This record gives sequence, C-alpha cells and structure tokens, in this order.
Amino acid sequence: MATVYVNDKPVEIGEARLNAIEAAQRAGVFIPHYCWHPALTVVASCRMCLVEVGELKDDGTVQMQPKVVPGCQTPVKHNMVIVTGEYGQHQPNEPIPTPLNYPANYGTPGQRAKKAQADTLEGLLLNHPLDCPVCDKAGECKLQDFSYQYGRSTSRMIDEKNTPPNKPYISSKITLFTDRCIMCTRCVRFTREYSGQGELTVLQRGEHAEIDIFPGEPLENKLSLNVVDLCPVGALGSKDFLYKQRVWYLKSTDSVCPDCSTGCSIHLDTNKDIVYRLRPRENPRAQGWFMCDEGRLGYRYLNSKERLMRPLAGPRGQLGPKTWREIIPALRRDLADRAGRSPDQVVAILSPWLTCEEAFLLARYIKGLAPTATLALGPVPIRGEDDTYPKDRRGRPMQPVRFTIRAEKCPNRRGVEEVLRHFQGEVIPFDRVRDRFTAGQVNVAWVTIGASPDRTGWDEESARAVAQAGLLIVQDLFAGVLTQAAQYVLPSCGFSEKEGTFVNHAGLAQGIRRATNPPQEARAEGQVYLDLMGVTGLFQAASVRRELAATIPFFAPLAAGMDPLGIRLGQVPEPVA
Amino acid sequence: MPIAEKDVKWVEPPKLGLFDYLYVPAVVTGLMTTARHMFQKPVTQQYPEQEPDLPPNYRGVHRLNRDEQGRVKCVACYMCATACPAHCIDIVAAPSPWPDREKYPETFVIDELRCIYCGMCEEACPVDAIELTSLYDLTGLSREEMIFDKEKLLSVYDQTKNSPKDPVRTSAGRLSVASEPPRETPKAS
Repeated sequence: MATVYVNDKPVEIGEARLNAIEAAQRAGVFIPHYCWHPALTVVASCRMCLVEVGELKDDGTVQMQPKVVPGCQTPVKHNMVIVTGEYGQHQPNEPIPTPLNYPANYGTPGQRAKKAQADTLEGLLLNHPLDCPVCDKAGECKLQDFSYQYGRSTSRMIDEKNTPPNKPYISSKITLFTDRCIMCTRCVRFTREYSGQGELTVLQRGEHAEIDIFPGEPLENKLSLNVVDLCPVGALGSKDFLYKQRVWYLKSTDSVCPDCSTGCSIHLDTNKDIVYRLRPRENPRAQGWFMCDEGRLGYRYLNSKERLMRPLAGPRGQLGPKTWREIIPALRRDLADRAGRSPDQVVAILSPWLTCEEAFLLARYIKGLAPTATLALGPVPIRGEDDTYPKDRRGRPMQPVRFTIRAEKCPNRRGVEEVLRHFQGEVIPFDRVRDRFTAGQVNVAWVTIGASPDRTGWDEESARAVAQAGLLIVQDLFAGVLTQAAQYVLPSCGFSEKEGTFVNHAGLAQGIRRATNPPQEARAEGQVYLDLMGVTGLFQAASVRRELAATIPFFAPLAAGMDPLGIRLGQVPEPVA
Repeated sequence: MPIAEKDVKWVEPPKLGLFDYLYVPAVVTGLMTTARHMFQKPVTQQYPEQEPDLPPNYRGVHRLNRDEQGRVKCVACYMCATACPAHCIDIVAAPSPWPDREKYPETFVIDELRCIYCGMCEEACPVDAIELTSLYDLTGLSREEMIFDKEKLLSVYDQTKNSPKDPVRTSAGRLSVASEPPRETPKAS
C-alpha cells in the first residue's frame, strides 16, 4: 500500500498509478490545470499545475526538491510529499493534519507553488485579450476562475498584445478566436488521440504559436464539438451556441442523450423553457467524457414551434381541439367499448423512445383493458453501422475503440423490450404486426412515437398500414401521416420535458430529468396513462420506478433509487467503449 | 426577536401649562412663519413654463451611445441585463456585421415602465454604452410606447449628446478585441 502526503495529509492510493493531480484529488485538494485532461496524454505545457514535491525519509525527515514540478507529469509513489499552493488552508470541519518535518532551510511550504501559479497565470494572460464581456466562455472560463483564485489583479504588460485574426474557417460548426487561445493543445491532442484524424495542429512557435488546420481540410469529424468543451478558455466556440445566451443564465440538468443507444450522460442547459445546448457529462459507466455532434445538436426539435400543442379528437379527417378533461373520459369509454367487443384486435405499439416507466404503465393499461392484446415494439431506427473512434487519417476505424456512435438511433429499445417480455413473454417487433394492419385485423391501435421527426424509424408504408386501424390513437411530438389518420392525437413530451429511465445498449439504466415545461397543453405520456387508469395525482417517475423494480426482475436493481451515473441491469458484460 | 423590556425607553409628552392651553402662542408662531414667507423669494417653480434645474447626476431616461462612426457602441455583453434588478432590459445578441467587433446587439429593448432608474446598468456597462440622461419628463399614451427599442434609445443619444447636461461622459469604452490595437493611455501630466 502506497501512502502519499498531500499538504501534510496522508492518502492511501493503493496500487493505483496516479499523477500528482489525481492523488491530490483523492486528498480533497484541487490542483488547477489547463492542459491536463484524464482522457488525453500529458504534455505539461500550461504549467498551471506546478507543485512542490519531496520524499518522506524513513527517519521522519522530508527531503524536498528545490524546484516546482508539473503535477500532471509527476507520477506519485510511496512516501511522496506533495505541497500545493493551498498549503495551510483547510476545510472548516476537517482535522488539521500534523505538519511534516520539512527541512529548516526550506522556507514556508507552499510559497514556491503559490508564486509559480501566479506567475504562470500572468504569463498566460500576457496576450489574452480582455474581452470577457463579449466572450461566450465568460462565466465558465477556467482562465477567469483561476486568475481570480490564484492570479494577481493587474497586468504588468506594457507592450501591445498579439492580436492574430479569428479563424471561423476551421470548421463548419466551430469558430476559433485565435487571440484567446492559451496553447494548452487539448483540442489538438483530442483530434489526434480520440477522434484520430488529427485535423488540428499548432503553427509557429513560442509567442506566435497558433492553432490551425491544414488549408482546405477543416475539422469535420463526428466528435468535433468536444473540442469546444475541452477548451478551458473561450478560444473555440460552437457556432450553434455562439452569442445565444450568457452561460450564467443557463440552468443545468443532468440527463441522457436520446439520439443513439450509447446513452451518453449529458448536461442539459436550459433557460426559460428553451433548450440551448447539450454538454457531455463525465460518466465512466456510459460513454466516458465526450459525446457526438449528432447527439449534441439533436435537441432543436424540442424548441420547435411546429410541435403538437393540444390534444385533438374527432372522426377521421375532422379532428378538433379538445381539452384533456374532455378527451380522457371519451378515450376511456371508446377504448373499453372496442376492447370489450374485440379484445384480440387491440394492438399497442411502444416506441423505443418511451421511458421504462411509461412503457410499463402503457403495457399494464392495455393488458388490463384486453388481456389478449398485442404489445409490439415500435420501429427501431437503424442508420448505417456503428461508428467507432478513433479513426486513422483516411477515416478507417482503429483499435482500441474509445468511442462508439451506435447505428440504433433510439435511447431505450432494451428497456421497452424488457417490459414487453415481462407482459407477454416475447418481444414482437413491429414488422410482425404490420400484416395484421394491412389485413384489417386491428380494431384498436395505440401508437406512441415521441421522437425527433427525422429519426422516428417510421416509413411512409408502415404509417399507411397502421392508419387502417379501426380506432387509432397517436401520441407524438409532431403531426404526420399517423396523426392525420388518427381519431385521437395526444401531444407528448420530449426527453427534456419528462422524467424516467432509459436503458442503453449495454443495459445501463440512467435517469432523465425534467428541465423544461412542455409546450402549451402537451402532456407527458406517463401522466396520460395514469389519468386513463383513473389514478389521481401527478406522475412521479421515482414511485413508478419502484413499482417497476418490484414487478419486473430485470429492473430489480432500480429499487434502491437512481444513481447519478446509472445502474447496470441484467447480466451484460462491460462495454468496450 | 422581541425587544427586551430594558431597551424600551418611555417618553412622555411635555406638560402644557394654562398659557399653552389658550393656544395663543402657537397661533402667533404660525402667523409669524406666514409673515416671514410673504417677504421671501418664492420657492415654487412654475413647471412646465419653467424647467427645473436638476443635478448632473440625475437618473432619467436611458440612452444608447454611438461610437465615432455612428454605430451603436453596445457590445451586447448582457452585463446591464444581468445587473438590472427590475429585469427590464432585453437584448438579443448577434455576430457583428463590422470587422472590428465580434458581437453587437441585434435588438436592445428597455421597458421604461418597469425600470426603477437605479443606474446599475450604467455602472455595469464595460464600454460606457448605456447611460442615464437627465431627461425626466417621460410620458406616453400607451404601454407599448414606453418600451424603448434600440433605435429609440439611439435617438435619445442624438437628442442629448450636445446638451451640457448630458455630455458623453467618458472616452473609454472599448474592449481589447482581436483586430483592434489597444488605445494609448493618456500620459499623466
């Protein structure tokens, strides 16, 4: 067992191979850093993580190195002593550790590191423009945070700052404010090591170093926008989010990206019921640190003005707006009537975009109505093949795989399948029930979609087949072939407007949370099912989840509540990426 | 927290004698005040014929300043909207059409009815683009009329910039932006 002393505090690190930043993190001490990122290689170029290191000798004395060293590049070993700029500052309710026996001529421990941090920041700020008011990063900028915490308030620079021109051409999705760059090269390393194609590079040297692309070969891979998150300052900006909002107005909610079955953990940044951006949330159980551009930019349909806003009902082709108060009893009556007459001809199509809780409630409701009803899994959108990263210069996938964009473009096929398996012993894919629709053997069809219109998985032909059902009830976000043919159209909620659980391709269950209010009269699916069952009160994902865990053995691990990083269900091996 | 008994001091009104109860001294004092004012210069101002003389730091209607080229000086940083306690400023930012600036306000709207004229926006502005003028007689016939957009706020600037009351207060007001060399600071003499 190895013990490391961080600011006098002993930390057991076991057999772990850590650098000084990670070891300090375990001791609850934060070492500021720009260029170091756990997913990327170490370059030790920003010099922000400079710390003092030494060794605790067997006789109890400490031998300190005369110079500060970069913490990211210093592997820790047994009896190593790390002194950071925060030496002597303790948490209010923490016991103060006994000071180690530093050499008498060493001076005050921590002074060297503190001065190194301040000097580094002064150096980084020499050429950094003071345009925080117009910089999109302001408010979440590490340069702002660290200057405030570790830097000095004035600059001694009297010369003119370097002002290289902006480079909006580096990508169709990203713009580079060259003068704000502090040359941490996180973006360059990301494109070389993670996405692999190495589009970005450093031109020039020293003070004139700049990030750039090879002329005519912009940064256009599917993970490109991660460099915007990686950038600790405001040099790389997403063109999608540029100048849309100041970040301090945004409210961040932990959620899950629904655009493929990888199920990346995300932060959902919203303000006043508008989704402004998605950012990846670090989750070693799901995807790691990053997310793909397709998922990141796939939120726009949530803010669309074209969404279905209010419930519609009426004879085919003559739908009129109704209130929920009118529509729920009418729907209940209609369903009971038809299901009583022909219980075999009831089909519910559960979209792989439903949360597990919603699928559970709908399946239970339909089976309660007609025990011989058929529950089918909605069309699963598959686009191309799984896309793995890193790729080589010619775009061919390389091993080991670090990130996978899955071909299955829906968040919860596995979860819905497990619910269906519980209720009828098998999963009936949509293709198997389509013929029944064309043969006119379906009296009641309940169709849920609830997906972004470009990735519902429904084709024109399937929709036309389903439209022949005697009574068609459609829950969706947007109007389409199915809603035109329906007698009941129930506006549903997007993933930012409801609560629930998604199970990804590997059986990892993660919770989504409500970040925005649904538009106008739209009502979350789960709430509609409760209303139909006659259960009063609001839909609470947590209580339905408990019920789900108690009923279906596959979901049993969810009984204890949801973990922020998700809970692995079933006997599924750890995913590769 | 209730006030402790020992902290309470009871004060009795002064006792009035028989002379005071006649009220003659009080009447005479009152009449003397009236008489004194009859021979003084009147303090009443004949508004609106006579305009009041307001102190230079009076906080009236806002204006949006223009730069030397006549463009709006505002860089759409939202500092004023963030500082505003009444939430009366609404800005929509956009990439600027000019090469020397990165961001500018596509729209800039102040609800003058909601504004409490605290001057925090003026204080927060990093480029001295928003200022409160000494225009105090703000009237309108509808609520919509009192919601000032960018053009209206710029026209307030055009109207007030030459008045001695509302000089353009500072020559500062630029961010050090990419393509713009820093300004020379005036040498202290």
